[in-house]
Amino acid sequence: MELQITWFVLWGVLWAVYFMLDGFVFGTGMLHNILARTDGEKRVLINTIGPVWDGNEVWLITAGGATFAAFPTTYALMFSYLYTALLLLLFSLIVRGVSFEFRGKLEGEGWKKAWDVAIQVSNFLPALLFGVAFGNIFKGLPMDAAGYQGSFISLLNPYGLLTGVLFVLLFTVHGALWLSVKTVGDLSARAKGIADKTWPALLVVAVAFLAYTKFATKLFDNYLANPILFVVPVIAVAALAGIRVLSAKGATLAAFAASCVTVLSVVATGVVGLFPNLIPSSIDPAYSLTIFNSSSSPYTLKIMTIVAFIFVPIVIIYKIWVYRVFRAPVTEEDVLGNKQAY
Amino acid sequence: MDVLTLSRLQFAATTMFHFIFVPLTLGLSILTAYMETRYVRTGDETYLKMTKFWGKLFLINFALGVVTGITQEFQFGMNWAEYSRYVGDIFGAPLAIEATVAFFLESVFIGVWIFGWNKVSKVTHAISIWLVAIATNLSALWILLANGWMQNPVGYVLRNGRAEMVDFMAVVTNPYGIIKFVHTVSSGYMVAAFFVMGISAWHLLRKNQVDFFVRSFRMGAVFGLLGVVLVLLSGDFHAVEIAKTQPTKFAAMESVWETKRGVGMNLLILPDPKNECNAVEKICIPNMVSLLAFHDPNSEIKGLKDFPKEMRPPVQATFWSFRIMVGLGSFTALAVLAAVILSMMKSLEKRTLFLQIMLLSLPLPYLAAQLGWIVAEMGRQPWIVYGVLKTSEGVSKAVTSPQVIGSLVGFTLIYSLLGAIDIYLLAKYARKGPDDDLSGIIKPTTVKGA
Repeated sequence: MELQITWFVLWGVLWAVYFMLDGFVFGTGMLHNILARTDGEKRVLINTIGPVWDGNEVWLITAGGATFAAFPTTYALMFSYLYTALLLLLFSLIVRGVSFEFRGKLEGEGWKKAWDVAIQVSNFLPALLFGVAFGNIFKGLPMDAAGYQGSFISLLNPYGLLTGVLFVLLFTVHGALWLSVKTVGDLSARAKGIADKTWPALLVVAVAFLAYTKFATKLFDNYLANPILFVVPVIAVAALAGIRVLSAKGATLAAFAASCVTVLSVVATGVVGLFPNLIPSSIDPAYSLTIFNSSSSPYTLKIMTIVAFIFVPIVIIYKIWVYRVFRAPVTEEDVLGNKQAY
Repeated sequence: MDVLTLSRLQFAATTMFHFIFVPLTLGLSILTAYMETRYVRTGDETYLKMTKFWGKLFLINFALGVVTGITQEFQFGMNWAEYSRYVGDIFGAPLAIEATVAFFLESVFIGVWIFGWNKVSKVTHAISIWLVAIATNLSALWILLANGWMQNPVGYVLRNGRAEMVDFMAVVTNPYGIIKFVHTVSSGYMVAAFFVMGISAWHLLRKNQVDFFVRSFRMGAVFGLLGVVLVLLSGDFHAVEIAKTQPTKFAAMESVWETKRGVGMNLLILPDPKNECNAVEKICIPNMVSLLAFHDPNSEIKGLKDFPKEMRPPVQATFWSFRIMVGLGSFTALAVLAAVILSMMKSLEKRTLFLQIMLLSLPLPYLAAQLGWIVAEMGRQPWIVYGVLKTSEGVSKAVTSPQVIGSLVGFTLIYSLLGAIDIYLLAKYARKGPDDDLSGIIKPTTVKGA
């Protein structure tokens, strides 16, 4: 019982950290052709995320692996029910990974143009699809005794799409702030400009999302039962406002920190509302996948808990070290100076 | 075609594609780390040039290994939901542990290695690539423990309508998994050794940078020797483990139909599954199969006829894959011995015929590794978990044929395109040879913004 709750919390944390870290990579990729004006600037953009994107993506693999190990029934049903959506996600992530690596490997104009398009699309699609997927999970999937009654098209409902747009805008702001911190001069100023210009749209969509959530989902039931939990969405709203305030002061690093907190708390808001469901059934709660009816045995959960509590802190320590090593902004000079750079 | 056949086809195609890139990563990471270590210890710039040149090829190959790996984790849930649900309690754990323990380490320190030339000390930089090498091999360990469990399930009970883990230590010390790990990673060392020797041979045949490529070749040869010893030893123990735990696979590998003692090995043999016998059996080494199976020349081998037809694996595929793998293994072992001896002698660059052979042999360990997986996976059929769950019972219920056709087409298109680009880039940079200008790499600048 306690272990299932522990793993629910860990599951939420893994997803939240994943979106915080890969979110600014998605944002950077989505802005690739919008923000950068020259080939040199494009290379700078890719190289800001160069040392970290792969490590960030592993949080997704760990979130997937943790779902498999701790909640195998949910893993099995979620992945087979969302087959087409996950496939598109998978293709995007495959293309994204090689596009960072391959773009700088040949000189041709057409070659670079093709990868520029690939970078843009393969970062936009996952941001959208993750939003759509989580929107539908918040809402519940049409599951009953016979299995899944929906389709890929039925995932593209207004609430799912709104969540998709929320993710895209959130990661755009998040990525733009990352770039304003990680680049210098005019490029950095333009990145900040994009963050500032996108923020009002993000605010509107976030408000619409919260309002729509009240009608489309049962997420608020947990909050109404335990009003203390409202602290989570309040943090999300405060952090979102903080982005604006801090950016206006020119404190871009602090604004980026605020957008990190925004991403974490937006995901937390959804996850807290889901408890104890992992995927609610929109047909009948009796068919919901919960942490109790879809978890691994207590023995497996115990082993996995030991592994997680030993290794996750180690991972966090060396990841912090890496972010410190690469804390300096990236310049065109740096990119030209390292022949193994992207 | 039905969902089962399509899903099997897709899993085979994506896994085999993934495994084009993995073996080289396993071996070349170690070789690159060794080269950089030599540079740090001796200060000899040739080693730095070697690190850079082979490291670049390593990275081009690595990129595709990484991205095709995500498919593997997703596919268990997407196409094999019933399998995942049934065995997730025990099979999910090694996958999650792999990500936490190995995958993070690998992906974080590869970033330090690529981008850290001017940001961390020489020693830290060399440690980074060692951590990548260790993590890649550790990653293989967890994956092969997971696969080892599918081959020889241990440490579980059937309870609550699924397989539940009761003994984690049994899973991580499963002899089948451990032996398979050694066999697989050492076959990866062979791939890397032949990759380095083959490309070096290409340059030596053209008398390019002779010193650089003779030294690279020699390093590849010695590493190959390590690989050969491990492959052969683990291969021998692997056969014993299979004979003990998977009699149907073993019988199919050797095409043994009748159960008897002291089975001999026919060098020429043609299986005839229709008539449940061998059409040709010539040049017999007495008692050899029994000896290989149980290290006892008079041991009894169970023949395929002892098992109902629907419980037998596809004999032709298993038999031929095994035979050709062993043939390739033997040939490459001899080639490595010759390579070690000839590369220690003077003027390797003048041994044109030998260098040509080594160039043409470059793909052979790749082929052997692929065939090894066919033996492992085809030979396990009709089981997905040997003796516990049939492959046909593991497939997703919620997935339809059109969906899998769509994904199979998608994978084929994307993988072919990326595979072609990757091989093109590898060939391009391999031909280009080492870069003499080291300015972009050892610029001893202080860390900016400190």
